[in-house]
Amino acid sequence: MTGEAIVAAYVFILAIFVGFEVVSKVPSTLHTPLMSGANAIHGIVIVGAMLVASAIPGPIGVVLGFLAVVLGTANVVGGFVVTDRMLAMFKQRPARKRE
Amino acid sequence: MTVETLIPVAYLIAAITFILGLKGLSSPTTAVQGNRIAATGMLIAVIATFFAADVRGGVPLILAGVAVGGIAGFVGARMVKMTAMPQMVALFNGAGGGAAALVSILEYARVLEGGRLPELGATIATLLGLIIGAVSFSGSAIAFGKLQGIITPKAFKYAGQQFVTGGIAAAVVLLSVFLIAASIPGGTPPVDSAITPMLLIAAIALLALVFGVALVMPIGGADMPVVISLLNAYTGLAVAMAGFTLNNQLLIVAGTLVGASGTILTRLMSKAMNRSLGNVLFGAFGAATTAGAEAATAGDDGRSIRSIGPEDAAILLSYAQNVIVVPGYGLAVAQAQHSVRELADLLESKGISVKYAIHPVAGRMPGHMNVLLAEANVPYDKLFDMDQINPEFQRADVALVIGANDVTNPAARSNPGSPIYGMPILDVDKAQNIIVIKRSMKPGFAGIDNDLYLDPKTAMLFGDAKDAVGKVVQELKKAA
Repeated sequence: MTGEAIVAAYVFILAIFVGFEVVSKVPSTLHTPLMSGANAIHGIVIVGAMLVASAIPGPIGVVLGFLAVVLGTANVVGGFVVTDRMLAMFKQRPARKRE
Repeated sequence: MTVETLIPVAYLIAAITFILGLKGLSSPTTAVQGNRIAATGMLIAVIATFFAADVRGGVPLILAGVAVGGIAGFVGARMVKMTAMPQMVALFNGAGGGAAALVSILEYARVLEGGRLPELGATIATLLGLIIGAVSFSGSAIAFGKLQGIITPKAFKYAGQQFVTGGIAAAVVLLSVFLIAASIPGGTPPVDSAITPMLLIAAIALLALVFGVALVMPIGGADMPVVISLLNAYTGLAVAMAGFTLNNQLLIVAGTLVGASGTILTRLMSKAMNRSLGNVLFGAFGAATTAGAEAATAGDDGRSIRSIGPEDAAILLSYAQNVIVVPGYGLAVAQAQHSVRELADLLESKGISVKYAIHPVAGRMPGHMNVLLAEANVPYDKLFDMDQINPEFQRADVALVIGANDVTNPAARSNPGSPIYGMPILDVDKAQNIIVIKRSMKPGFAGIDNDLYLDPKTAMLFGDAKDAVGKVVQELKKAA
């Protein structure tokens, strides 16, 4: 195994532990925003899409690269905006007026 | 020091913001801030990537893609109604999976262009990213279709289904083994030279897409919380694998975090249904219904259903001290969350305590009911988990069940012949009085009758959840 691969493996394993540790503390009330927030975070694939967008010359390469960027961006932008909308509803509001 | 050397630093910062973002979700008060921190980290990572050497030639293409995807994502996210949230989440999830699959393909093709076959490790990572990403893409598309009602939300089953699905999976594995074998140092490609690696990749991609469809089609609407969580985990994993392929630590960290989150949710959801993941995916619900039907008929010992009108319901509620509302998917369909809050406000103004009992799989995604009620400004400290609220039912004067069915069925506790036997349920039947708001006597997703409706303590208020609750509110106002 190359040095790079072993570093990647370390990162992967440690991220698993961090992920389980952090996510298991999320209360069930916030499970939908958790899913949608996590959804936005895997939108990081847009960085990968940018890096390979013009890797392959020719029309097929361009189309696939363009599609990858479109999908990645839709994932990021949509994910964060939807999560923000949801979470805004969970804000503590001033006590409602009682009749 | 050039700008390019700073890119890994930007990625490190982004990785930290993602962890902080998820950490923020441990409380509703810090969640908004957490999400924005993560979004900022994402922006930093994207801007930094524009300076990467690999990107420079393709900036116009990328900007065009960002514009199209960004507008689509933004408009979709702003326009969608809260009740349509599960399908929107599925859609964005599928987009991420599709992107991960494409990234895997493009990186593989780039190495091939260089005139060599990618190494063993890179090949395996590519295949995993491609397959998992493609399954997530088509699976999410089907989940979206089912939730949106474009495709029948019922379980789609046919004879020999498991063999077909298994066959597709086997074909994917077989083709992958060809590619992997070819990449082993010194190994001879076991395939004819006419079959190029790219052809194999294309075939695997197509088969994986078909597999995603075959995987989700047989799963019914009520199992969607499990499926959506699982697809979420898949996309996370696919992105992590793309990170291995590109040797990009940020993708590995972010993808793995999501994979962990999706896995936890999937486990929680399956547990809440007392079913293994395998059972949900390849489930035997269809087969088990006959046994359930028999058991229900056997239990039908002349007890009958009691139907009441909104005025009776209003009287029952106004004489109560403690009311527990049990919302279900029917509430989401009817968009009754605002009416329910109005009702709760009215009752509270009379000094009646109102709490909400949330079953983990109520609705179509994890936490679905919480979001809907939050939209209607119901304070989140009035929403209670199953374990917290179950002991309180016996002290409740009225349990008001709105559009929930299987999660309240006492057969899950008492009838070993029932297909949902063993599933943890809300102990609604322990309440002094039970009002069930329901469209008709149609059985729920599991296709079994609910013993709760035959309970002498139970009164059925038939009608659309929003209409029915609205009428009860009117009656209460009249009486006041």
